[in-house]
Amino acid sequence: MSEVVKKFMYLNRKAPYGTIYAWESLEVVLVGAAFDQEVSLMFVDDGVYQLVKGQDTAGIGMKNFSPTYRTLGDYEVKYIYVDADSLAARGLTQDDLVAIAYEDMDTEEEIENIVEVVDAARVTEIMDESDVVFSF
Amino acid sequence: MKFAIQINEGPYQHQASDSAYFFTKNVLEKGHEVFRVFFYHDGVNNSTRLTTPPQDDRHIVNRWAELGAKYDLDLVVCVAAAQRRGIVDDGEAKRNGKDATNIHPKFRISGLGQLVEAAIQSDRLVVFGD
Repeated sequence: MSEVVKKFMYLNRKAPYGTIYAWESLEVVLVGAAFDQEVSLMFVDDGVYQLVKGQDTAGIGMKNFSPTYRTLGDYEVKYIYVDADSLAARGLTQDDLVAIAYEDMDTEEEIENIVEVVDAARVTEIMDESDVVFSF
Repeated sequence: MKFAIQINEGPYQHQASDSAYFFTKNVLEKGHEVFRVFFYHDGVNNSTRLTTPPQDDRHIVNRWAELGAKYDLDLVVCVAAAQRRGIVDDGEAKRNGKDATNIHPKFRISGLGQLVEAAIQSDRLVVFGD
């Protein structure tokens, strides 16, 4: 759809419920897939809760959109990063997070889980390398 | 330089729209280009023509509309976010069987693709919000 390919980063900073930022951010990612850009998602602060597995929203009467994250590999999302400090500060480890698979349509290369926990220095680096940061 | 502006918060409750307005106004006055202003999340509430603030307060909606008219700005309201929050134009009213519209004529409702396109086409995307 577009000839320009930019490095897009969706920066997710908010818990999945409580405010609508996480859900509406995900909607941009899904729509954005049609534009064939190089897309990464970064989860920091309470945003790391978005990837926690086994979510149950029955008690708050809201749609559980957690399963959508597992399909992101089908929406041109190739890189998913989680800030290690944010995770540790909330008593979480990578075992608490969903796994997201990715298959490269051109090379048929399959990656079982693209969720990668990275340290603060790497977060800065990846952010710096991005052309566009969508902050939610 | 070419800018895209994204506003994520509603008017009056939050300063984001004010800050975005002054930023946009200033870059335009300095001769830069603003490709599009995109209103998302509660930011869509910046587009209702029914807004009536007290007379001694700024009129955030009209202020955007006037800046838009002066510089021929593309003021775009996200359709999905607008539907959730009851921001309606003629097309949406017909499609969803509503008996009224409330969007200011200087704004238009369109899809999220407009945000992504703006980010691709501009040198900088500047996001205002929490």
